[in-house]
Amino acid sequence: MSSSGAGLLASEFPPSVEEFFPPALFGLDGWLTKFTIFAWVAVGVLIVFFLAASRNPKIVPTRLQWMGESIYGFARDGIAVPNLGHEGVKFAPYFATLFSFILLTNLFSIVPFFQISPNAHIAFPILLAVISYVIFNYVGIRKHGLVKYVKTAVVPNAPWYILPLLIPIEFFSTFIVRPVTLSVRLFANMFAGHMILLVFTLGGFALLGANAWYIQSISVLSWLLAIVLTFLEALVILLQAYVFVVLTSSYIQGALAEEH
Amino acid sequence: MLLADVTINGSLSAIGYGLAAIGPGIGVGIIFASYIQATARQPESARITQQWVWIGFAVVEALALFGIAFGFVFK
Repeated sequence: MSSSGAGLLASEFPPSVEEFFPPALFGLDGWLTKFTIFAWVAVGVLIVFFLAASRNPKIVPTRLQWMGESIYGFARDGIAVPNLGHEGVKFAPYFATLFSFILLTNLFSIVPFFQISPNAHIAFPILLAVISYVIFNYVGIRKHGLVKYVKTAVVPNAPWYILPLLIPIEFFSTFIVRPVTLSVRLFANMFAGHMILLVFTLGGFALLGANAWYIQSISVLSWLLAIVLTFLEALVILLQAYVFVVLTSSYIQGALAEEH
Repeated sequence: MLLADVTINGSLSAIGYGLAAIGPGIGVGIIFASYIQATARQPESARITQQWVWIGFAVVEALALFGIAFGFVFK
């Protein structure tokens, strides 16, 4: 890299929120950024992958079929059935879709040339959380009816004199905090992960631009740490995809549960 | 040099986030400590409790992540 290029990168050093707003593509301001393209790429890849994996299934699966089946099998036997019992099987397709979509879009944050996940923008996690929110409320209302569902969700089994305190708390935590935390958790993890990688990568260039050799040599350490943190980010990516689906399933389980 | 002459540059949000991370830090520590203890006492429960470890971890960690997000929101 030329010295002017390194200087340009060093001048970016304290990375700011601006990094998350790339310029619009093809002059379609407000309509098309690279996040839009990434989301479309993720959808396309997943459709092609699962179609190819499930087309022409065999008793002895091919490698591709095995990969597709193990993702679905993980969502069904690892998450849906343990939480929801046999009823959970009908939610397994949604869990598998959710898991693979979040995993793939999160993975973009450490894939070269993508470098950032669409989930680092709050809009994508919000939409995913809204879908889960609508589903768990819908299945709860369909099973119990609106009044009984809200009553089960909101009124805990407690002495009457503590209920005026508990009912607002339960209402707040079930109907307001749940979707907010579901979306903010995914968003903030991806946001913070990207920010940390930026700090150490750009920080390396900033240190390189210093005017003393003993400061310049620290830049190697900074980049080394960026590599280590990329592996940590890979762990977070997997964990967040898993946690999002597990929490969705536990909310559905709570909505379907009988009165306690 | 008087104390009043000392000037510090930077964002107060960084200190705020440091403070905000204390609670979740302790919480995540307690969760994993409890999981290790439970598994040491009853190794066959490891698979059963693992899921709740990750749920609990995610719920507690959300607080630290709120800290990061709001550090940028409320400048």
